[in-house]
Formats: sequence, structure tokens, C-alpha cells
Amino acid sequence: MCRIGAIKSRKYIHPSKALLLMRSQQKGHDNSGFAMVMQDLGGIFKDYKELPILSMACTDEGLNIADNILAEEGFVRAMQWSPETNPDPKLIIENMPHYIFQVLQYPKAFKYASRQEKEELLVNTRLRLRKALEVDEEGYVYSFWPDVITLKEIGDPKDIGTYFGLWEESENFTAKIITAQCRQNTNYDIVRYAAHPFFLQGYTSLVNGENTFYERNKLFQQSLFDGYIGFESDSQCFLYTLHYLNKVLKWPLNYYKHTITPLPHEEITQRHDKTVLLKIKESLTHLEINGPNTIIGVLPDGTLFTCCDSKKLRPVVIGYTDDTVVITSEVTGINEILPERNWENDIYPHERETVVINNDLRVEQWQQ
Amino acid sequence: MATIKINEISKDELLWQIEYNSDRCTLCGKCVAACPFNAIEASVEKRRKVINEDSTPAPKVKFQTVPVIKQNINIKNFCRGCGICEKVCPNESIKPVRNTDEKFAMKVRAYTGDSYKRGGRNNLHTMPRALDKIKIGRISQMTDPSLDAQRHTFEMLAPFGRVLPPEQLPLTELNGQLELSKNLPPVRWIYPIILGDMSIGALSGRMWEALAIATAYMNEELGIPIRMCSGEGGMPVRLMKSRYLKYMILQIASGHFGWNRIINTMPEMTEDPAGILIKIGQGAKPGDGGLLQAKKVARHIQEIRGVPKADLLSPPNHQGLYSIEESVQKMFLSMNAAFKFRVPVAIKVSASVTSISVYNNLLRDPYNIVGGFFLDGIFGGTGAAHEISLNHTGHPILSKLRDCYLAAVHQGKQGQIPLWAAGGLGMNGNLAADAFKMMCLGANGVFTGKLLLQIAGCVGNDHGKCNACNTGLCPVGICTQNPVLVKRLDIDKVAENIVNYFIATDQEIKKLMAPIGNSSLPIGRSDALVTIDSSIAEKLQIQYAC
Repeated sequence: MCRIGAIKSRKYIHPSKALLLMRSQQKGHDNSGFAMVMQDLGGIFKDYKELPILSMACTDEGLNIADNILAEEGFVRAMQWSPETNPDPKLIIENMPHYIFQVLQYPKAFKYASRQEKEELLVNTRLRLRKALEVDEEGYVYSFWPDVITLKEIGDPKDIGTYFGLWEESENFTAKIITAQCRQNTNYDIVRYAAHPFFLQGYTSLVNGENTFYERNKLFQQSLFDGYIGFESDSQCFLYTLHYLNKVLKWPLNYYKHTITPLPHEEITQRHDKTVLLKIKESLTHLEINGPNTIIGVLPDGTLFTCCDSKKLRPVVIGYTDDTVVITSEVTGINEILPERNWENDIYPHERETVVINNDLRVEQWQQ
Repeated sequence: MATIKINEISKDELLWQIEYNSDRCTLCGKCVAACPFNAIEASVEKRRKVINEDSTPAPKVKFQTVPVIKQNINIKNFCRGCGICEKVCPNESIKPVRNTDEKFAMKVRAYTGDSYKRGGRNNLHTMPRALDKIKIGRISQMTDPSLDAQRHTFEMLAPFGRVLPPEQLPLTELNGQLELSKNLPPVRWIYPIILGDMSIGALSGRMWEALAIATAYMNEELGIPIRMCSGEGGMPVRLMKSRYLKYMILQIASGHFGWNRIINTMPEMTEDPAGILIKIGQGAKPGDGGLLQAKKVARHIQEIRGVPKADLLSPPNHQGLYSIEESVQKMFLSMNAAFKFRVPVAIKVSASVTSISVYNNLLRDPYNIVGGFFLDGIFGGTGAAHEISLNHTGHPILSKLRDCYLAAVHQGKQGQIPLWAAGGLGMNGNLAADAFKMMCLGANGVFTGKLLLQIAGCVGNDHGKCNACNTGLCPVGICTQNPVLVKRLDIDKVAENIVNYFIATDQEIKKLMAPIGNSSLPIGRSDALVTIDSSIAEKLQIQYAC
């Protein structure tokens, strides 16, 4: 089972917290990689909230290819940051030559463009970059979105942390929301894109467990939106469903649970909102999941949430203090970074629950 | 030299030969009385016997006339091999034996100048079924634990009705809740197996009633929301006025038989029917209309169908429908309108090379009124057909279903017009496995007919045994209106057997869902299937395994 985790705080936090959160839960294959998405950025990215940031790992040639495409699209570099690395042959890491976090100005032609047009531009550019870099495996583009950076690498999470200097806290590299996993795909070939968290247009998700309805999820999703590609991991489906419901269909978050784990028919027919729930169940039956899963998600507005499969076959726990909320697979992780919290307030969500953390860190438990 | 009549039919040309042992026979006459085909009769034979009446050897030859049971040899009263004589014989002195050298159908054609007709299924089926080469191969082990078939709850429901894509749902948000702003096409969630469309007429009233009783029982007593399709031939008015109508799918086919009474009864209906099924074609005799021979059109059939006693031939095509667009506009609209758009309307066609085109067209359904696409494959059964149609026309269901599902996927419209498939499912006696595999390949549900008759006591098989559904002389009272023969069928027992079979099937489907870790139906889960045949793997896009 993959262990997954998310931290949301009022204060800017450093990724070392995410490493600490995950390290104590490490078991079995949970040492095969490290991936994280940081949202609502502080430090050196704090002043660039509106500008898209490209998160990419690549070769020299990959860098050239990406620069050319970005220039062709009309993007202009505003700032670039690469983490200082500490190469050491003893470290277990399959590192790429370059890790690029580039803040870019939108093309001039988009000066008066609507938000939607800009969002489409970012997705299309990322897909174009990805396609171009995929040809000779010259690089990986993980995200291209304002106020978001993504880092993924294969190896021992402790060593990856050392390589990128993530163990030492620094005010330069912080965020208010960090989602992380210390594992690469282990069931199939190891592919960097297959590591959680997954990110698309402001939406992030991490999932553990098998998606037993992967095949039908995938076949349905691939025709819904251009950005629903890859499917290197069966867990990407959870992100695409979240994005589709909330972003494309503009449905409130509470219908996510109703879509992926619809209530039994008999129960729906007893409810006052049965007509809506039945129609959702009918129309989105191909987005149902039926496996053992826990999902942690982040919405573009910073809302953090978690829910489980309908049989609750995967654990998850939420612990919080006044200024920090942590969602993760096992309580040991929370103990590590929030030892002083009131343990009695920990929440172990049940199979019908969605636990939602708003930007003012209010923890809500929604019943399906 | 003795003369023989070469051009008359002889015993060695018959399909079945009666094997009779006069030594064991007590001449009770049960076999002769029971044979509905008059294929055997009481007769006498001259026997030469050597006897000795003295105390010392003094053999004498004596000729005796002994009563025997004899097989009739003509093209009308021929033995169908149903085996009823064997069933009733108290002494095991008579039975039909398959004649592997038979030339019967050829002779019938030669003598009558007419095509050979029979009931049953495609009888050229000698190859193993593709379905049997497919296994459920993705068993959950450690990554996603198997469920417990006994203790977990499973939801086994399939849509019948037009499912709209989410972007077409008229939803508005109010205080974080979605609300529907107008009525939508009706969708019924029912058991993923429909009891197949076999009419009163093709079936005896008793057989049909037993199916209806089993359907009602499963719904009301067992909570299995199974539906039954009437077949083209109407329904008893008493049933239409009852609350049980909600479990029935009314069929309309090219003969429109029974619809006069259905329409006249509408004002008195207290429930809506479960659905309407427009039948265009069936798997057993694609491109051919229904055929109910006059001998089966008994008085009550005349009443229900509103017809005189005559051969009832449904035209091969719905008159006036020349295209898919027209059928959607005319039949679908009128059938939807008949029940004020409250009842889903689906269509049934024979599986055919053209099925994908038809399905693709329907999927673009501009009026949102196509509530299901029923595909019937070559191994479906029929009450009566020309043998040439049965044996040489049709399309296997498996790849056709898969093609249709993938065509919907290609359009991004899977699930919008539910796919239901049939045609030889349960041929090996196990419907659960066949249904499960069909669902994994993309069917929302399946329907079954012939299997139900076999559960009820049909003695026929796909190797030429009985297959006399067309004669009106069904030896077990299933496919006949003959008042004596129908009494052989025990309605309550048949209903009980069917109910029991579905209780077992329900359990068995769960026994397949549990190992793959699913508590809801695995529609389109082709990843759960493997096959030991690489050509099947390639065609169906499932994993090859060996």
C-alpha cells in the first residue's frame, strides 16, 4: 500500500516537513521515489503568484527543446530557480541533469485574454512540451501553472531529500500546501509521470490502492478533455474525475464522493435529492471506482479534502492544530510533525465521509 | 429378385430410429399414447418360432402374430428423438436412437418442394464456444483484496432507458446543491438479466404464465428486480390491469400482434410497464419475420393477438421504416408518446455485420428517446424457422457486442444507450459465467430465452433432438397450445425451478464479482478477462494467456 500525505498550514512550510511526514510511515516499497506538489508558494516564488511556473526535469537537449517551444509560444522568462544539488555517488537517486522551476510571463497576445483562455494556453503548452520531450526521453514536464511547483524523482526519498537539500529548512522554498508521496510506481515499469501527486489546472490528487475500474474510467475519460492523458498510473483517473466534475461540469465538491462511490440504489431512492443523485449515478457510472482507495485532493482555491472507497479498505487519518492540518495514511506521520496536537481530535473518516479543510483551516466532515 | 421402392422414404434415412425390445414390452401402450408426433403405433409382426411340445426333442416351426410397437416411416409422422416414449416406458423397452446416416431434411425437400422447418437453435454448432475460452483472469490478491461473496453487499443493477451525458443534465446549483430543472428520459435500474422475449403463442399459455409468476415472485419475494419481456403476441388483459405490469416489458414487432388489446387496455392500466422493446430482428433467424403456424393459433391465442386462425407471419421488416432515422422518428417517438414519455423504449436487432453502423446512428439520437440496444446473436433459439435460416444466417454475439461497445467508447458515449446482449448465453447450462463475461466486454446486461425453456423441461438440444417447436406438438407442453399436451407442464414447478435457477445465478455472479474485488457490476472491465486463444484476444482486445 502506498502511503500518501498532505500538509496545509496558515504559515509557509518547508518540504522537509513532507519528508518527515512520509519517512516515518515508510514500509516495503515506500522508498522507491519521492514526489511532491507545492501550492500557494512562499519564499522566492511569493511575488509571482499570478505567473505560471514550469516544473520540469530534463537533459541539456530537453532544455533546448523546451526553451524553443516556450519562445515560439511567446512566453518570456521572469525568473528561474533550480535547486542546489548535492551529488554524491552513494546517494540512491536516478537524477536528471536539470531541474527547472521557471516563472514565465504570458505571451503578449494574451495580455487581455480571459482567464479561461490563459488556462487553456497553459495546458496546451504543457502537453506540447511533454510530447516533444517524450520523443527521445529528454525530459518530463510535471506542471505549468501559477503558484504551483512539482518535483518528482526516482530513488530513496531520504537520499532524494539530501540530493536536493530538502532536509535543511529554508525560507526560500516554502508553500502553504504540500502534498507528497515517497514511492514510485512499483507494480509496473517505473515511470516518473506515474508518481503521485498528480496535477492538472490547479487540481492535485494523491491516491493509494488499486483502481479496479481503471479500464472503464480511462476509456471514458480519454474523450472528455485534452489534458486527460498518460494514464501511466491507474490513480490519475481520480484526478481527472475531480477536475471533470469541479472544473468542467462546475459541480460542487460534495458530488465527487457521490460520483466515485455512489450510494446504493436503495438508499438513494429514500433521499430527498434522489432525482439528482440517480441521474449522476446513471450518467457518470463509468467514473465510479470500486477498489480499495484513499484519495487526498487539493482544489485550485486551496481547499484540501480526503475521502475513501465505499468499503473503506484503505486507511487515512487527519490531525490538526490551530495553524496546521495534516492528512496522511498512518498516524505515525502526524505524530512526527504535529506531536503537540490534541490527539483526541484526530479524525479517521469512514466510508461515507469527505473531510474538507477550508482556507481558514476549518475542518468539516461531510456525510454522503 | 425382390423389388424394393427406392424412392420412398425408408427407416435408414430418418433422423431417429426407434429401438424396441419386444421381450421387455408389456404392451401397456403408454409410449404410443404419449408420443405427440404419432411416430410410433401399435402393430403386429409375424414371427417364426421353433418350439418343442413333446417330452423328447421334436422341434416344430410355428408362425405367430405378435403385437409390437412400430415406428412410422413417413415425412409427416417421423420420430424427433424427443425420448418421451423412453420416459414413459415402465420397462425400458423402447427408445429413440440417433441415426448418424440420416438424410431426412434432404428427402423432405425432395418430396415436398418446400423448405425444411423446425424449431430450436443453430444445429451446425460443433465448435467450442468462444465464451468458454475466456476466463476471469484478474483475480485480486494482495493489491486489492478480494471481497467475500457471502458477506459483502453487491449492487446488481443495470440501466434500461436513455442515459444522458452529464453535460446535458439540466442541473443548476443552489446553495451548493444541484437541482434538476426539468424532466429527463426515464431510466429503470433493473436486474442485469431479462427473461427473454417469447410470446404467448410460441409458448403455451402455461409456460408463459410460469415465467410471469417467476418474475413476479423474484421481484416481490426475493427482491431481485428482474424483468420479463412479453414477446410479440400481447399479454393477458388481467395481467395488464394488474400491478405486475410494472415487471413486464412489452414487445412490439413487425406483426404488431396483441397491440390492439394493449392499446385498448391502456386506460385501465394501474401501473406503467417496465419498458417497450421494439423488435426488428432476432438472432436465430435474422432478416426473417416471426412464424406462428396455424396449428398453434388456438382460440385464446386468437383472442390475445386479435387474429383469426391462420399462419401468422410477421413481416421481415417493419412496414414503412426504411432507415434508422425513420425508426427513431416514427416508432421510438410513437412508443415513447404512448406512455407519455414515462416508459423507456429500446430496440432489439439481430447481431449483424451492420450492427455497429446501426448503434453508431442510434448513439447520435437527437431526441434522447432510444432507451437500449438489444443485440441477439446466432445461437439464440426460436419457435419456428426455416432450417436454412437457423443454420446458415446470423452473427456470433461476442465480437459484435464488443465492437458496439468500443464504437460507443470511440464516440465517448458508452453507457448512454445501454447495451443488452443475448444469443446462446447459458448454452452450457451456466448463465452466470456467460453474463459476467458479456458485462466485462461491455454489455450492461443480458437476456435469455431458450435456457428458460430448458429449465422448464424442454427435451430438445442443439444436435437435432426434438426441435419440434414449430409443430404445435411439443411433447412437454412448452411450445404447444394443444390442451392435452400443455397439461404435461406443471406451472408451479416450472416457476419454482426458474426462481431457484436465478437464486443460484445471483449467487454465482457474486462468486465472480467478489474475486475481482467489485461490489458493482463490472461493465466494460475487459481487463478482468483473459483468453487462451490469441485470435479471440486480438479481436476482443483482451489479454492473451497460456
